[in-house]
Amino acid sequence: MPKRALRAPTAAAVPATEEIDVLWISAGLGCDGDTIAITAATQPSLEDLIQGAIPGVPKVNFHNPVLAYDVGDAFLEKLRRAAEGKLGPFILVVEGSIPNEKNKQEGCWAGFGMDAKTGQPIPTCDWIRKLAPRAWAVVCAGTCSAYGGIHAMAGNPTDCMGLPDFLGWDWKTKDGIPIVCVPGCPVQPDNFMEVLLYLLNQAVGRAPMIPLDDRLRPTWLFGSTVHEGCDRGGYYEQADFAKDYGSSRCIVKLGCWGPVVQCNVGKRGWMGGIGGCPNVGGVCIGCTMPGFPDKFMPFMNEPAGAMLSTAAIVMYGRAVRALRGITRGSMNREPKWRGTAKGPGDA
Amino acid sequence: MPEKKPANLVEMSWDPITRVVGSLGIHTKIDFANRRVVECRTTSSIFRGYSVFLRGKDPRDAHFITSRICGICGDNHATCACYAQNMAFGVRPPALAEWIINLGEAAEYMFDHNLYQDNLVGVDFCEQMVKETNPGVLAKAEKMLAPHSALHGYRTIADIMRALNPFTGAFYREALQMSRLTREMFCLMEGRHVHPSTLYPGGVGTVPSVQLFTDYVVRLMKYIEFMKKVVPLHDDLFDFFYEALPGYEEVGRRRVLLGCWGSFNDPAACDYTYANMADWGRAMYVTPGIVIDGKLVTTDLVEINLGLRILLGSSFYQDWQESETFVKADPLDNPIDQRHPWNQTTVPKPQKRDFQGKYTWVMSPRWFDKRTGQHLALDTGGGPLARFWVTALAGLVDIGGYVKATGHSVQIRLPRTANLPEVELEWKIPKWSNTIERDRARTYFQAYAAAAALYFYERGIEEVYAGRTQTWTSFKVPEQAIGCGFHEAVRGVLSHHVVIRDGKIANYHPYPPTSWNASPRDSFGTPGPYEDAVEQTPLFEENGPDNFKGIDILRTVRSFDPCLPCGVHMYLGDGKVLEVRHSPTFGAQLGGPG
Repeated sequence: MPKRALRAPTAAAVPATEEIDVLWISAGLGCDGDTIAITAATQPSLEDLIQGAIPGVPKVNFHNPVLAYDVGDAFLEKLRRAAEGKLGPFILVVEGSIPNEKNKQEGCWAGFGMDAKTGQPIPTCDWIRKLAPRAWAVVCAGTCSAYGGIHAMAGNPTDCMGLPDFLGWDWKTKDGIPIVCVPGCPVQPDNFMEVLLYLLNQAVGRAPMIPLDDRLRPTWLFGSTVHEGCDRGGYYEQADFAKDYGSSRCIVKLGCWGPVVQCNVGKRGWMGGIGGCPNVGGVCIGCTMPGFPDKFMPFMNEPAGAMLSTAAIVMYGRAVRALRGITRGSMNREPKWRGTAKGPGDA
Repeated sequence: MPEKKPANLVEMSWDPITRVVGSLGIHTKIDFANRRVVECRTTSSIFRGYSVFLRGKDPRDAHFITSRICGICGDNHATCACYAQNMAFGVRPPALAEWIINLGEAAEYMFDHNLYQDNLVGVDFCEQMVKETNPGVLAKAEKMLAPHSALHGYRTIADIMRALNPFTGAFYREALQMSRLTREMFCLMEGRHVHPSTLYPGGVGTVPSVQLFTDYVVRLMKYIEFMKKVVPLHDDLFDFFYEALPGYEEVGRRRVLLGCWGSFNDPAACDYTYANMADWGRAMYVTPGIVIDGKLVTTDLVEINLGLRILLGSSFYQDWQESETFVKADPLDNPIDQRHPWNQTTVPKPQKRDFQGKYTWVMSPRWFDKRTGQHLALDTGGGPLARFWVTALAGLVDIGGYVKATGHSVQIRLPRTANLPEVELEWKIPKWSNTIERDRARTYFQAYAAAAALYFYERGIEEVYAGRTQTWTSFKVPEQAIGCGFHEAVRGVLSHHVVIRDGKIANYHPYPPTSWNASPRDSFGTPGPYEDAVEQTPLFEENGPDNFKGIDILRTVRSFDPCLPCGVHMYLGDGKVLEVRHSPTFGAQLGGPG
């Protein structure tokens, strides 16, 4: 099917393209967990976008190694064409952190496919260098490709980094779109698919430029903290803190970083509204943040800031809890006229 | 035996191998005159360095970090890391925590085998693929009535194949949807898929409400009903391949050398002490053990542990034979070898790929058989084959009337569900350790995990009803300690070994299944399991070299369920190279599906 050029991001709302390729490179230093995560998404699901179930957006030709039909060179064919500028508009998705291939004499930390001439792996960095300038939009799936993540931890041998560190934080695609980071370890399934859907709407001019914060995150997903959306926030307010894992109370003193971490998992849950982190008893370890993991370790220690803030709230929290206890006790009793066959007006 | 024709060798490569987790490539030398693969080697092109950056970290962080090793079975790593921490910290979680972990891990098996089998492996058996590789087989499949069509609803084998077509096939889509239901079950117990949020050393943070168990069991029963259709569907499909292609049992066949490290702890038995490990290992609801040439040689986790050896030979690392010995003896005073994971020192040495020398980031884990003095290249059979084989032979497992090992088979009882009556399944020890049987065992193990989960659910909710709702036991991190965890990742054996000094991690080495399966030739020249299984595999694909798809090779590699950034490279030995080709690009592409 012939493809027409995508509109500039600010263009009028006229459908301009009927299908778009999504080329997904999972050969950074990652675990493929973001690819697996998006197969869990339902809002929208992968099938929704591939089968064209959402009106008004281009149909997606999804090209990810884990879910591909083709193998080997047949699979790489589309990437090669894209690298040569011979493919229509495409969205490049990068998963996994980008190693520093210059910190050693020879060999390669991360490769994808083989160079027919040399018999050596093609470094993932080379793919990105070739594909990113041709892409209509570039999206980082998960914290590794966004900010480095687990594999960029102190003491790592690969000097790896996120894509904005690799390409530059001010880097923009040829169509003027900054790198879009959807962090999470792994990425929350619906968060990623919703960003993809947003970009498809933008591609046809139905949506304006995707709103990003200065860490290149979509603002509507990462504008609030875990704590602001956590259903255990009420316990915090009442200074009611868990001492053991397995409690349903606030777990900030057990290592939860929710009060300062930007993530919507408390509100959205993990999938279908089920699961999550502090809302279901898992301390927030800050996995969406650029400072992850080093600045949050050891994960099971109370964050230093939490010691101060929980101390500050103790007096207010205990007082409020006590007062509410009194009121709740009253509200748990029926009005005194019930069961006496006398209404309030019959006194 | 047919007469061997003069070799007509063609070198072919597939890189990357898709529909597996991780970057994988294949180089082959194929003898088209005799329709056989000549030689094969495995390599990995990605290194991340977990064992390097874990050093010096707080031991309690181990499960959070090691979960990130794998994006499809990260929770298996987190669980195994918690087991190792429990041993090192001397902590025993409450029974309820163990039931919750077992329910989470059972959901992981149900999800992962389902997604892998029906959305990734299944494509190798789908109508579109069979049409491209074996049109003659598809023609037979069109005529062949499916023996169990009353159970699964597909009239012919070709109808099953059509249902497996990616995204357009009805069963493909149903399986994908079902993989979400099971992941919801997982998230109920472990918080998040695939990197759990609620696992800790000492237990879990999951809130054990009545609702938790309600939400789980209603989903579980839907999956059990689904299994009543899935098992006969796959039996029909796999049996058809033996029938349609006589000799297909030789595809991917290797010597029966299977390892299983056991799964699902019994809280009544498991105290996480090394001294009692043989006993609580045998109480696991999937039995640990090693099968050599069809014979069960051990079910003792201590013996299994003592035999672990990590060899080099073809890998990009410095040797550690002269490096520090962290653990001279285990807590039972058995000597620990310098090549054991407790004593391994990982120093990466990146270099160019050289098939005559070093060619991979994967090392060569082997099991030292003290009876013969051999270093055995065990495989996992993709996980389920080894789990079933060991469990069946050991005859120890009896899970509340739902699963029973008989000494030669494993019986699985799936109770009545909304629309279907009770079903009894039986996995019997097959004649071969080959591609089809690895795949078949995967389907049966989905039913095993579901039936076992029903038992774990009953035990878990019993604890809640009894008011025993504590899910975590506190502990102190010791200054000096060692620990090990044994578990079954979805695709096979998983071990974590930790050494703690001054309250920090001094050494940490995880060994996941693909390290075993995708291992290269070791210092003794023994090939790893992929190499071994692919070499000498007969080829049944109807295409010649010009449009060769390599389907029998790909089915073999995928039957092991490869799952880490690893590589497979098949390589020509001494034969004369006539031609060099990359994987032929031909046939209908899936581009623009839907």
